[in-house]
Amino acid sequence: MEMPVPNAGLLARKPDIVARLAAVLPSDALISDPAETRAYECDALTAYRCPPLAVALPSTTQEVSAILKICHEEGVPVVPRGSGTSLAGGAMPTADSLILGVSRMNDVLETDYENRIIRVQTGRTNLSVTGAVEENDFFYAPDPSSQLACAIAGNIAMNSGGAHCLKYGVTTNNLMGVTMVLMDGTIVELGGAHLDPAGLDLLGVICGSEGQLGVVTEATLRILHKPEGARPVLIAYDSNEVAGECVSDIIKAGVLPVAIEFMDRPCIEACEAFAKAGYPMCEALLIVEVEGSPAEIDEQLALIKDIAQRHNPVELREAQDADEAGRIWLGRKSAFGAMGQINDYMCLDGTIPVSSLPYVLRRIGEMSKEYGLGVANVFHAGDGNMHPLILFNANKEGDLELCEAFGADILRLCVEVGGCLTGEHGVGIEKRDLMVDQYAPEDLEAQMAIKDVFDAQWLLNPAKVFPLAASETRRNMAIAAE
Amino acid sequence: MTSLKPQSEAELSEAIKSAKGPLHIRGGGTRRTGAELGQVLETGGLSGISLYEPGALTVVAGAGTPLSEIEAALNAENQRLAFEPMDHRGLLGTAGEPTLGGVAAANVSGPRRIQCGAARDFMLGVRFVDGQGSIVKNGGRVMKNVTGYDLVKLMAGSQGTLGVLTEVSLKVLPKPETMACLLIDGLNDRDAIAAMTRAMGSPYDVTGTAHLPKGLDGTPVTMIRIEGFNASVAYRLEQLAGLFPNHALRRETDPEAVAKGWAYIRDAEPFHGTTGDVWRISTKPTDAPDLAAKLDAKEVFYDWSGGLIWALTPEGSDIRAKLGAFDGHATLVRASGTTLPLFHPQPAPVAMLSEGVRRKFDPRGILNPGLMTA
Repeated sequence: MEMPVPNAGLLARKPDIVARLAAVLPSDALISDPAETRAYECDALTAYRCPPLAVALPSTTQEVSAILKICHEEGVPVVPRGSGTSLAGGAMPTADSLILGVSRMNDVLETDYENRIIRVQTGRTNLSVTGAVEENDFFYAPDPSSQLACAIAGNIAMNSGGAHCLKYGVTTNNLMGVTMVLMDGTIVELGGAHLDPAGLDLLGVICGSEGQLGVVTEATLRILHKPEGARPVLIAYDSNEVAGECVSDIIKAGVLPVAIEFMDRPCIEACEAFAKAGYPMCEALLIVEVEGSPAEIDEQLALIKDIAQRHNPVELREAQDADEAGRIWLGRKSAFGAMGQINDYMCLDGTIPVSSLPYVLRRIGEMSKEYGLGVANVFHAGDGNMHPLILFNANKEGDLELCEAFGADILRLCVEVGGCLTGEHGVGIEKRDLMVDQYAPEDLEAQMAIKDVFDAQWLLNPAKVFPLAASETRRNMAIAAE
Repeated sequence: MTSLKPQSEAELSEAIKSAKGPLHIRGGGTRRTGAELGQVLETGGLSGISLYEPGALTVVAGAGTPLSEIEAALNAENQRLAFEPMDHRGLLGTAGEPTLGGVAAANVSGPRRIQCGAARDFMLGVRFVDGQGSIVKNGGRVMKNVTGYDLVKLMAGSQGTLGVLTEVSLKVLPKPETMACLLIDGLNDRDAIAAMTRAMGSPYDVTGTAHLPKGLDGTPVTMIRIEGFNASVAYRLEQLAGLFPNHALRRETDPEAVAKGWAYIRDAEPFHGTTGDVWRISTKPTDAPDLAAKLDAKEVFYDWSGGLIWALTPEGSDIRAKLGAFDGHATLVRASGTTLPLFHPQPAPVAMLSEGVRRKFDPRGILNPGLMTA
């Protein structure tokens, strides 16, 4: 993965830059020893690594502002970091950059059940936001599968989703306001406990901007009362096409399940071997979950089972109690872990129109043979967000490159059928160079113009999202300005 | 000056490139407010549904498509636009047909906004022509999409000041089998807001909470709406009623009467045919009674549990000065000869960022100039 050549001037000035930062931070909040900065050399896209110039771990918005002001004056690129769980390399540093980690900023600032909001510092993990309100039966809806570890800061940067967004939406639909620090140190407030902006929806652009427009330090999030209950049903089919038709028919019937998960045969086999959830061996497995009171669940599941039966399932299994519900979810929830046991894998994240599901799965199968690499598919079927897992051997020369080329072909296929490169992981460095497959130069220009406004010198997470060639002139302005 | 009416995206691009002065962008012309500077540019030529996949809950249409055409197509498949866009004609005394582009450009929503979001939350993709004539697309037609910056949200509610929308793709939702409304009589504003926030904080999936200090019979009424399958709605209506054991309750279970009651709120019908300015104040629900008391309004009513205050005020009265600083903002929806800005002035750093974005997208300042900024 190509990254910009580090700015030699900055590397040479490291002692001065570190000294200036040290003057505004507590001594334990700045790391510059190469032995220690190594811990921040990558995120969850572990194939690519580079230790940063230094790491700052502020505790307050004021400290973030002081750090950014210095970096702005010194021309130091800044890479914001939440928990470092990005699968796209969103938090990967360059050698001349400062990692600005918000992990110490994890307080709950305000909980307001009447107005259904919680205000947190953004280093707080996704699951611990729900943890702060669940004793009152409330929860925070977006639930990315890394929710135990991932920070709200990263969720906002990537506009994270999860398995339940068919009903509850993704981060942008649950984010009401932020406190954000601009690259020059200016602190801005956007949104709050009210709905809709007074003017342009800048909050809507911040969410999903991959840490390129500002560092979000506090967030006001929508919290909801938990449903009375939830129950999954497992439906097995002997073809992907039929499973796809079943999903479409369920949605057309007016039922809105909270989750519709899809697994194909390679994934089922791996999960079964790993988690022994008792899944039937078949071509396609659906897990459909609905919420409500017991009677409401019965009503919805009766409709879903009726639709499922019309497509002649190999098996249809409804959870009778919490234990059985747990077993139905067990395999799905351990899918990534299961694949990790048998192989190295790369997890993709394209989205497709639900109607193209059979075609896309067939094409992926064909490409799998051409590339000689196995693929297992896990899929949020209700919203078309695919997670093909490509299996490869990291120790085998050239296998990673082959895997990446295969992944790129799958993502181009997603775009070709009317979908997109990434549904919830973000572009980062991983899909940067594929942006030209989805967007024309004018489309990218319009996006980059936004960054010009927020960060004129392109110092915030500069080598991400846009193809390096497209952003080169802008990135070089910062260096030329020195 | 004759109005421009491009018949294609390419023609629109040419029209904007060759424009010599300000353009006033018009969809259906149903939200006429404030000064209309410059030559009228109509979007009616960019009309028609190009894709509708009920099984994928997705519709794509030209920006000039009448909303009624989209709603009819969805209705045939038992689906709907869940964000419940307001129809401004009754309040503003306008004619014409609301268009998809107008709804998107103004981020219009209705009572269901509190449960499921505004137009911005259902917009999956846009195509637009910016102030220099460049044709830009962003987003697409799938529900989960984080590929690059979300300019779809930026365009939603930008009132045509960043570009002229040519195509919008939307997420749609199934129509519920039925709906019902729990009505509470006689509450003062503060108690009504407590009741509404209580209902929203329950597990019963409430899709609307409104309070009229003066209902149709002149006495206060608080409305709590639920929607869904028959048995589920019946069950939740009783569960909700159980939350208010000491209140005067009525139950409306005729779906047509429920729909009519909520259209009354959605379209601000209490203020139809009145004189005076009409304001929408977005705030934190529990702050609403105190804010409303500061307005010296002729009349107010509340939607979104109080998070939206509708206020009828004497012409030209500057309610922003009366409100002072608060969590939220006030938008002038119906203005009669006032020089007040329609949109709430923003703090300096936010205003600078917004102005910067506007200069990038419309460097000549020709798209609806003066509408969002003084």
